[in-house]
Amino acid sequence: MTEKQKQAYRQRWLNTISLIVRTVVGVFFAAVGLFIYAIFGPTMHGWFEGPEPIPVEEIQRRIAEKEADLDRVENGIHLETGLIAAEGWEQVRATCTACHSAKLVTQNKATRDGWEKMIRWMQETQGLWELGAQEAVILDYLAANYAPEESSRRANLDMDEIEWYILEL
Amino acid sequence: MKKQKKTIGLHELYQKDPIEADRLLWGRESDPETRRGFLKKGALLALGAALGAPMVHAENFPAGIIPAGLADADTPFQIPGKHPDLIVLNDKPLNLETPAHLLDDKLTPGDKFFVRNNGLPPEESDIDVNNWTLTIEGESARQKKSYTIQELKERFQEHTYQLVLECGGNGRSEFNPPAKGNQWSTGAVGCAAWTGVRLKDVLEDVGIKSNAVYVGYYGKDRHVSGNPEKEAISRGVPVEKAMQEESLIAWAMNGEPIPYQNGHPLRLVFGGWPASCSGKWLSRIVVRDRVHDGAKMKAPSYRVPCNPVGPGEKVKDEDMCIIESMPVKSLITYPMTGATLKLNQQLPIRGHAWAGELSVEKMEVSTDFGATWQPANLQKAANRLSWQHFDAKVSFPKRGYYEVWAKATDSEGRSQPMILPGWNPKGYLNNACHRIAVKVV
Repeated sequence: MTEKQKQAYRQRWLNTISLIVRTVVGVFFAAVGLFIYAIFGPTMHGWFEGPEPIPVEEIQRRIAEKEADLDRVENGIHLETGLIAAEGWEQVRATCTACHSAKLVTQNKATRDGWEKMIRWMQETQGLWELGAQEAVILDYLAANYAPEESSRRANLDMDEIEWYILEL
Repeated sequence: MKKQKKTIGLHELYQKDPIEADRLLWGRESDPETRRGFLKKGALLALGAALGAPMVHAENFPAGIIPAGLADADTPFQIPGKHPDLIVLNDKPLNLETPAHLLDDKLTPGDKFFVRNNGLPPEESDIDVNNWTLTIEGESARQKKSYTIQELKERFQEHTYQLVLECGGNGRSEFNPPAKGNQWSTGAVGCAAWTGVRLKDVLEDVGIKSNAVYVGYYGKDRHVSGNPEKEAISRGVPVEKAMQEESLIAWAMNGEPIPYQNGHPLRLVFGGWPASCSGKWLSRIVVRDRVHDGAKMKAPSYRVPCNPVGPGEKVKDEDMCIIESMPVKSLITYPMTGATLKLNQQLPIRGHAWAGELSVEKMEVSTDFGATWQPANLQKAANRLSWQHFDAKVSFPKRGYYEVWAKATDSEGRSQPMILPGWNPKGYLNNACHRIAVKVV
């Protein structure tokens, strides 16, 4: 190996080492930069742009997304109305919620006969229209899904509903 | 099985009736054609406050949709002027009940006073206190006469009474076979200081004929179906009740204007009778020569069988009698159910008791399901038809699960039953003892 060759060899070594050192330093500063951004980024953001109003279109889009989200059935319950999504629920939704909240259905329980009485009462006094062929569908649905439960003359307190707390005296 | 929470979310409210939700929450009126909301200044501020920032381009914001800043919130929505922990039984018409522990105040504040609407309240923007009139007429009135609220204030002596209002259906949820309607548990009751003029003084000013039997009311609330021909509710009381000193035409509750949902700017207050007698948004009073026949006066509304019937029995309309005085009842308002305490700690109990037209004579509490009762301190009523406060201290012999039961006895010796009182088709008048759960650890 000539002196020239040796020198070229050393030079290549030095170049390689220098490249490694520069890479490590570069990566280090990039990491520090990212770290600082992660901590102060949100604060710095405001320096340049100020608070940004959400455009109405964006709000509408998000809302449409949310609304669409609720008009669906999950675990057998229609989220928007709370109705049990069994056969006939769409007819009940269309007919009953035209005038009143679906809660007036879901919080009540009755036999088919009892539900029929409520329909008659609404027809006689509250302006409910003739239901025609829909009536049987609606009554079947209500009788099947909102039927009376057996209970004693005085039920136990509902243990699942009680939120126990330490009373400070 | 965990019962479904009875609270209603913002999304649900908007889903039901977006325009109505706007009106309820923000007082925002909408143009049905463009569906563009007209945000009044107050509504705009309310929206801004809820979002935590003023809303840019609010005038373009379409009617009946949830602002995105709130759309993420899963918290139950709040009815303006009402406590967020009231339970929404129904949102159209609005029915809110007060959990027992929120009734701990001696006088129920406006934000905690239950709401039983039969229809939709008049638009808040349509309520013009200065030009609001009350007209008295009817076949047994000597003349037709109208008064502005200012005239009522100037012409008649002002009176303030603490009066209990309780919905006839309070406690309905416990009846079996179940009764239709709002499934109230215990919270359709409140007692406030009502200020107004005596109905008696106004009726005497108008003049009533000797054949007068009943006094009915009409209010400015609208039928839920939207049909302007239909009344939401129009009930009343016999003349004898109307002429009592404590029967008021009221404009203030606890020294402030009556809350919007409770009948602002004018309502009747008949303490101790089903609250449906006490018309809200009062605009007209009719003196009748027969039992008033307005909406919800006829059977089976606010009526119980004249003679006792078995559970589930069918009762003919003519065998149903109008409810008058409410029965004796009490509520434990402190502590809230679910209290956990240490052995040897004494538990202070407090609450209120009332008895319709009568007074409460005795108050007792039990920690052993009624096997033994101990007397509670019972205060005198501030005036007739007010509720009475009680308190007691109870101790527990060993660790475990307990219930504290409360039982009031009225001035005629009638007590609250521990089981349900007699069944009736519409589930009225459940005055069974109230109870709370307590654990000693």
